[in-house]
Amino acid sequence: MIFLTRRATFSASHYYWNPAWSEEKNAEVFGRCANRNGHGHNYTLEVTVAGEPDPVTGFVVDLKWLKDVIERDVMAEWDHRHFNLEVPEFAASASTATIPTTENIAISAWKRLEPAIEAAGGATLSRVRVYETPEIFAEYRGGV
Amino acid sequence: MSANTGRAYFGRRYTLSASHRLHSDELTAEQNRATYGKCNNPHGHGHNYVIEVLVGGPVDSETGMVIDLTALDEAVHTRVLDRFDHTNLNLDPLFVNLAPTTENLCRAVFDLLRDALPAGKLESVRVEETENNFFEYYGA
Repeated sequence: MIFLTRRATFSASHYYWNPAWSEEKNAEVFGRCANRNGHGHNYTLEVTVAGEPDPVTGFVVDLKWLKDVIERDVMAEWDHRHFNLEVPEFAASASTATIPTTENIAISAWKRLEPAIEAAGGATLSRVRVYETPEIFAEYRGGV
Repeated sequence: MSANTGRAYFGRRYTLSASHRLHSDELTAEQNRATYGKCNNPHGHGHNYVIEVLVGGPVDSETGMVIDLTALDEAVHTRVLDRFDHTNLNLDPLFVNLAPTTENLCRAVFDLLRDALPAGKLESVRVEETENNFFEYYGA
């Protein structure tokens, strides 16, 4: 089994806010991240797929294809966007919305990428890692 | 606010600078030299270590977080950075009878943090000694 990782970067803004809480509690738990004017990061997304190299091409997956999937299913909807205002799974108006923490962004990236990778057969999605800064990251490996 | 998503992971990288000398009292001077090479030079040398701490668990439905970052910072600072940063590792009680290789430092950091974090949270510790060498420990 070979693990292959493709990296992509995007820039987006967000803030942390739980609508079920008072303003004071949001401020207490989330600190500066609760500023509702938002703030931004240069994120790095690492997508790791696992599989056996194809006997003919030697590829686990075609990296160009993986790049296109990441571009279509994640970058096109996240890059230079405001998570809380423009990205459906984090939109404050949605009842199923989650707070756009790095953890939830990693889980969301997994959910966005898994269908296309699954449908292609061959390699499986193994791990998604999202760096919010070079020092802070979250990771998701699927599962319930 | 959130569906059940199982285990997710949160990581943070910290740096600490420390010196060490690789030497074992159970080896002769020649054996130490052969084993550790220039790392056995008598006065030690230093590194800028990167300590990467990965914690895992369910994502809290109220906060969207696996762990409170300030609690993680607190544990790493009080247990690890305050103890080792700008010190000579050979003088730490942990390394009196144990060579302060990065393997042993990695395991020591894991053990110190495991006791300071909620049970089951700590997934792994990676210690990068240089840009080209790193060591990982998952607790077993």
